Amino acid sequence: MTSLPSPPRSKRSFSWQFVITLLMYSFMYIPILVLAFYSFNASRFSSTWGGFSLRWYSSLLNDSRILSALGDSLRVAICAVVISAVLGTMMAVGLAKYRFPGKGLYRGVSYLPLIIPDIAIAVATLVFLVSIGASLSLWTIIAAHIVFCLAYIAVVVSTRLTGLNPHLEEAALDLGATPFQAFLKVLLPELMPAIFSGCLLAFVLSMDDLLIASFTAGGGANTLPMEIFSRVRTGVKPDINALSVILILFSGFLAFLSEYIRFKSEQRRLRQ
Amino acid sequence: MSQTVIQNQDVAETGTKLDVELRKVFKVFNGETAVRGIDLEIHQGEFFSILGPSGCGKTTTLRMIAGFEEPTGGEVLIRGQSMANVPPYKRPVNTVFQSYALFGHMTVWDNVAFGLRLQKSSKSELQTRVGEALQLVKMENLARRYPAQLSGGQQQRVALARALVNRPTVVLLDEPLGALDLKLRKEMQMELSNLHRDLGVTFVMVTHDQEEALSLSDRIAVMNQGRIEQIGSPSQIYEYPQTPFVADFIGDTNLFQGQVEASYPSSLQVVTPNGLTIHVKLHDNGQLAPGDSVVVSIRPEKIHVSSGAAPEQMNYYDGTLKNVMYMGTHVHYVVELKSGDKVTVFQTNRAMALPSLNTPVQIYWSAADCIALSV
Repeated sequence: MTSLPSPPRSKRSFSWQFVITLLMYSFMYIPILVLAFYSFNASRFSSTWGGFSLRWYSSLLNDSRILSALGDSLRVAICAVVISAVLGTMMAVGLAKYRFPGKGLYRGVSYLPLIIPDIAIAVATLVFLVSIGASLSLWTIIAAHIVFCLAYIAVVVSTRLTGLNPHLEEAALDLGATPFQAFLKVLLPELMPAIFSGCLLAFVLSMDDLLIASFTAGGGANTLPMEIFSRVRTGVKPDINALSVILILFSGFLAFLSEYIRFKSEQRRLRQ
Repeated sequence: MSQTVIQNQDVAETGTKLDVELRKVFKVFNGETAVRGIDLEIHQGEFFSILGPSGCGKTTTLRMIAGFEEPTGGEVLIRGQSMANVPPYKRPVNTVFQSYALFGHMTVWDNVAFGLRLQKSSKSELQTRVGEALQLVKMENLARRYPAQLSGGQQQRVALARALVNRPTVVLLDEPLGALDLKLRKEMQMELSNLHRDLGVTFVMVTHDQEEALSLSDRIAVMNQGRIEQIGSPSQIYEYPQTPFVADFIGDTNLFQGQVEASYPSSLQVVTPNGLTIHVKLHDNGQLAPGDSVVVSIRPEKIHVSSGAAPEQMNYYDGTLKNVMYMGTHVHYVVELKSGDKVTVFQTNRAMALPSLNTPVQIYWSAADCIALSV
């Protein structure tokens, strides 16, 4: 009948670990919470609280510049992600499957955009585009975004590939599938969760990018981050707060979705 | 025992149709030779095992039959047809992989139907054949499950059904029971054996488990370092190993290095460097002359231990008991002979009191039970 004494530490409400954790999260998230708070402020000025209001959210919907910038951003992200999904998957599969001289170097070079600073990609792409005399447009942003989207998707897919049973494709061939059928009916479905979660990740990064887009955008092309940046230079207006909250929630949702899909497929693999 | 030998030889000699033939097959990977010129003839309807330690080239050999690897030299034939440049999807063989390699995104049913769908079988044929295959492996109730929801043994059954449903000429099994625990292994061994008998399809199995190979196969090829050491029925391999490697690898054995001192028409006298004299009855390897180096192999279960008077035997030695291991059905003894050699002896457990360590004992065996192998 004697119950075990509970560990003494759990009785103490504040340990130093708890304090540090609290400080860390406050440091990370208080700015965002403050921003979210003021997005509901009826007053034009953040110094005063004018009561709860959704006016900044509704004014966003009537702001044609914001909406067209959103359209540009979506166009860039979707095009870049779709093209990268195809190329990135092929790259990952090719790297996993074939042996060829210089494979290690090729692999390193393919994943380099993950660690090269954005500013370097931005400047290099601009210099290159100017030197070949390409006129800047929405398409040049897409091309520049493919550079890093491709690397992200390839990384996620190749991680999944290394965890995959190496004999799956052979089993398909053995049962009478041609190499193309084996890829289409066995390998691709097995990789789908990874491709999808890689795409979501790349999509968020593309939607988020200011630096590369502003270097490579041509006349008329204006993505959402570019629009926001040009507006906050003349002072933060409450509608930008509202937009930021929407963007944070949207990115958070996509990141969660991507992680959830990855987790689910990982779980399925582990149980196997 | 001798009857089994005769029966198996009959199967081997009357079944003249060959399903798989390997002629002087070599395989080199990046300068390393995995398979060094092997010849194999696998008869129709046979349960053939390729047995050997890991890295001996047995899996590579199977993969060359399946078509996943092309031989560097030599030829693979299936039903008399050369398989050179025939891709795996055009060969009349199906493989059961060690890791099962089930398609995780498909149900059990779809996994089994995969091959038939590729052949564009009619809907009704698909239904009946997949149903039959699942029934064969007793998985018809779990057809709607996904592989991740099955146990290892159940996955194994699905992998078998997926291979058998296509009615291949040859079923290739790559360590099919390697991932199962002991009890399940025994159960699946029995089922594999039944399936083979009922279907009459040629099975070629790769395994490192000698017990599995002995109990399931009609014939066994023992491989070592890319070569075939011996091909024969389980009892031939066990009773009459042709090389020291086979004697040592299959089952437990005591090996004595020595030299032939005298040879008679039907027996040999071998002397070891430690001064032990062993009499060996000759079977068919009569090419040994005095002075030849040999290895004498005697199975532990063929040796008798006694602590009193022993019957007249040619191979009779005094020693001391150095180790006793109680194994349940058996008792294992290690006896150190006067010469210093240590001999392992297995005795069936007859509910006798176990002798204590360091007691003097006598061991003896019949000259017909040991075998001399030239080295």
